[in-house]
Amino acid sequence: MKKLISIVLLFSFISFAFAQNATVKGVVKFSGEAPKPRLISMKADRQCDAIHGGKQVQAEDVVVNQNGTLKWVFVYVKEGVKGKYNPPSEPVVLDQQGCWYHPHVFGIMVGQKLEVRNSDPLLHNIHATPKKNKPFNIGQPVKGMKSYHTFDTPEIMVPFKCDVHPWMSAYAGVLDHPFYSVTNDKGEFEIKNLPPGTYTIEAWHERLGTQTQTVTVKAGEVKTIEFTFERKK
Amino acid sequence: MEEKQSKFHGLLFLFFFVFGMIASVWIVLRNGWWLPELASDRETIDRIFITIFIIAGILFVISELVLSYFIFRYSGQPGKKAFYLPGTTRKEILWSILPGTLVVIILEISAEFLGGASLWGKIHGEIPKDAFLVEITGEQFAWSLRYPGPDGKFGRTDPSLISYDNPLGIDISDEAAKDDIVFPAGQGIMYLPLDHPVVLLIRSKDVIHSPFLPNFRVKQDAVPGMTTRTWFVPKKEGEFELACAELCGLGHYRMKLPVVVKPMEEVKQWLSEQTPAGDIYY
Amino acid sequence: MAIHTEHTEVAHKQSFITKYIFSTDHKTIARQYLITGIFWGVVGMILSWLMRLQLAYPNQPMPILEKILGKWAEGGILKPEFYVALITMHGTIMVFFLLTAGLSGTFSNYLIPLQIGARDMAFPVLNMLSYWVFFAASVVMLASFFIQTGPAAVGWTFYPPLSALKNSIPGADLGATLWLISMALFIVSSLLGALNYITTTLNFRTKGMSMGRLPITVWGMFVTAILGLLSFPVLLAGAVMLIFDREFGTSFFVPSGLVLGGQPVPHEGGNPILWQHLFWFLGHPEVYIVAIPAFSLVGEILATNARKPLFAYKVSVGAIIGIGALSMIVWGHHMYVSGMNPVLGEVFVITTLAISFPTAILVFNYLVTIWRGNLRFTPAMLFALGFLGLFIPGALTGAFLATAPVDIQLHDTYFVVAHFHFTMATSAAFGMFAGVYHWFPKMFGRMMNDKLGKLHFWGSFIGVYLIFFPMFFQGIAGVPRRYYAFTEYNFTSQFLGLNKFITIAAFVAGAAQLLFLFNFFWSIFKGKKADKNPWKATTLEWQTDSPPPHGNWGPETPVVYRGPYEYSVPGAEEDYIPQTVPVKVETK
Repeated sequence: MKKLISIVLLFSFISFAFAQNATVKGVVKFSGEAPKPRLISMKADRQCDAIHGGKQVQAEDVVVNQNGTLKWVFVYVKEGVKGKYNPPSEPVVLDQQGCWYHPHVFGIMVGQKLEVRNSDPLLHNIHATPKKNKPFNIGQPVKGMKSYHTFDTPEIMVPFKCDVHPWMSAYAGVLDHPFYSVTNDKGEFEIKNLPPGTYTIEAWHERLGTQTQTVTVKAGEVKTIEFTFERKK
Repeated sequence: MEEKQSKFHGLLFLFFFVFGMIASVWIVLRNGWWLPELASDRETIDRIFITIFIIAGILFVISELVLSYFIFRYSGQPGKKAFYLPGTTRKEILWSILPGTLVVIILEISAEFLGGASLWGKIHGEIPKDAFLVEITGEQFAWSLRYPGPDGKFGRTDPSLISYDNPLGIDISDEAAKDDIVFPAGQGIMYLPLDHPVVLLIRSKDVIHSPFLPNFRVKQDAVPGMTTRTWFVPKKEGEFELACAELCGLGHYRMKLPVVVKPMEEVKQWLSEQTPAGDIYY
Repeated sequence: MAIHTEHTEVAHKQSFITKYIFSTDHKTIARQYLITGIFWGVVGMILSWLMRLQLAYPNQPMPILEKILGKWAEGGILKPEFYVALITMHGTIMVFFLLTAGLSGTFSNYLIPLQIGARDMAFPVLNMLSYWVFFAASVVMLASFFIQTGPAAVGWTFYPPLSALKNSIPGADLGATLWLISMALFIVSSLLGALNYITTTLNFRTKGMSMGRLPITVWGMFVTAILGLLSFPVLLAGAVMLIFDREFGTSFFVPSGLVLGGQPVPHEGGNPILWQHLFWFLGHPEVYIVAIPAFSLVGEILATNARKPLFAYKVSVGAIIGIGALSMIVWGHHMYVSGMNPVLGEVFVITTLAISFPTAILVFNYLVTIWRGNLRFTPAMLFALGFLGLFIPGALTGAFLATAPVDIQLHDTYFVVAHFHFTMATSAAFGMFAGVYHWFPKMFGRMMNDKLGKLHFWGSFIGVYLIFFPMFFQGIAGVPRRYYAFTEYNFTSQFLGLNKFITIAAFVAGAAQLLFLFNFFWSIFKGKKADKNPWKATTLEWQTDSPPPHGNWGPETPVVYRGPYEYSVPGAEEDYIPQTVPVKVETK
């Protein structure tokens, strides 16, 4: 995923190499007591259960990192981007492995290929239920199958679900520009190559909602910002 | 008739049915293709099934062999005339009606008077008071389970409360709901007590499903918008399979749930180790 | 008494288009139905081959499939959503397009006017319209194979909410819409046909053709038309309601509070079981709309080729009427485990067992018809005998499914699949084949090849048994139908080997159908010229030319003096006396 983002960023870097572009980076913090991790038991599907050696798997809906930051937050430029950006030719990969989506949250550009891969020797179906784009539902009964899909409209966020394994969920942020990032297991994000200007940055979390900040960046500047999410009651 | 008709077709019919019947019996016996092992109190179903099987089997053998024999025996010959039998006299008409009536009476007897009607009444009638309750909810393509907890009552549910946290939409403000034990879709196995009446309350969140327990002779559609019900007594310990029997989409063929039958104490023990809904859904 | 239209000057000039395409001649319309039906039969058969390939070789890539099917078989593996589309379209096509339109459309149109001595249907233009509406339905159905989300994939029974919610499976999207439109057109077509068949039978009989002298075929088609007229409108209503649920936000069949794929469904207050009642209120008579024509064709062919009167003609006609009447009140036996009121279940057990009474009479009468006959084994006769050979196990296994408690175990398993393929699918196809072989000389003026026909029969008969007989045992062992693969359960995976066997049998039986296709199309052009009455049969159509001229008869329509099955009458010179031969005044 990181590699992918860097490829994306590299691509946009090349196209705007003449301008000295800015970077917005930072962390997303979590305040308050971390919720007890939700454990998923795959007992009812013996094949999935066997892949995990009968152990339960921690759900990724709210992942609070060791350092008190929040993982799987989609941070992107909501407003202020001017100009047109072409999607990179490399596909974004959504892998189904161990009856689990990898990654849980990702960004993708309009027109960019999404490759959905089945690395499990059993049936998964990719059921995407976007509101603005066309929904789709594809069965992949066999290991190694790949399906491709593209989105036509920006949408925050497109949910993915496997109906065979209802605990499986993933989210895609579809944008018409490459200025997005997903927080890692240190809670960090980084949006590179922003042309100078004023932007509204939004942080989206599947359970904790959204937050926005407005930043103004100058050419070559590296701006650090911070978001803090609270546990919802 | 100008030309003599070949006996070949009659012979082939006879050969096909005689050989086919013997071969089928042999193959079926050798592979043991039969009803799955019975593990519940619904042996009446097996009894009716076997009775009809025998009667229908005999009728099948007789009628196919008669048909084949006629084809063999009455193949046409030049110069010969068929036996003129329009079937218009009262006696002949009686003859044409009698066999049909007999068939129906035989079937009717085997179906209705071997306990079929009373079993149907039992399945759909009063449920035993101390029955073990399980609620099973179908959704594309997995089953959610709910046990009522120590109070023996299921709490209220409301579809508008359905969320990621609360997949069955349990209304936690209801006292009866607090001790319910919930397994979200695909995350639980069905435990059933041995030799104890089990009531399945069957629901669906999206389309029609149908929990089918071949070993227990149990099948009842899960109809969205209503709760259907069936009950039976597990009679064998072990692990069994629950399948979906009503087309529900592309994952229909693997919408499965393991079912474990254990003595009552073990099931109770296992239930007591689970976290009740009140502690999960805040 | 029959009204007799006097339009003897019929030799008006016809262009190619009015003669072969927009023709109002019942014989041309019958041939159009037949050829369209054969086309659909081939499509349905190819779909069944794809299903059998998947069941025999689950999870094994077959690159050829990707070449043919593209994205539906990425990597050579059939997609589960496409498999569901296959079962849906196979069922729809075979039941409605082949065995309803193809069978009734062909033989009602062809035989009713000819066998009652009429010059054409009561409403020839309506008749033409009926075919062209059916043609439109066919085009819409065929088009659904080529859209992005694929053809309808919710089972031919179209149970909502699966069929009502477009997001439930790709095939519930545009494919299902096209299916509903196509079925609505289809129903309109079949109603137009039915009106015509009924009116023609009642009003257009020639002099002397009383109801008691009608050949059993006409009786069969007549009862079928009445059944269609009474039951099809109910499905039309259901289909329109379902279209409203899908497109205009009504909730006839979708209850409130549903959550599909994690998303709430904005419907409230409907009941999915309502659809099942509406569907099976047509669906069960539909089984007899398919079976009765086949039964009646078979009766005619058995009598002709056994050179014997159809045994107990009046009882047989009564049995057909009885089957028709009872078929309207048995639909609930499809719904024993549906959640319908269990008291209703008991009622339907009794009505269903009651329908075995006329059916058993009919089968018995047919058996007696060949008893002490002088059998002539034409391909048509073999198919008629084969019809009995297939119908018997089908009918007997109905007794299991009619019994509600046993149905708990067998419902929606392969036992049902085997049962209905024997009773109404392959047996009706055999009835249709018998009819085609028998009336081909009259329809096209040429004979079909006899040897190829017999080979076709044996390939089909043995093939059908090898395909469907083992399925009874799969069903007894509990294998549910409409499963994409048998690999997932212990009680299903024991049949993986048997599935390979069935698939091979399916391809062999399919190859036999190629013989028929070849024979059929070759004989239209190259077959031996047929006489007026090649089978030495008694009914009216054999007393005119092969093929009959426009207007069917010469200047005068025939006059009927006797019943339809005067075969091997003692004292007569020949072993048949046509219906047009006057009865001699006997002087004792």
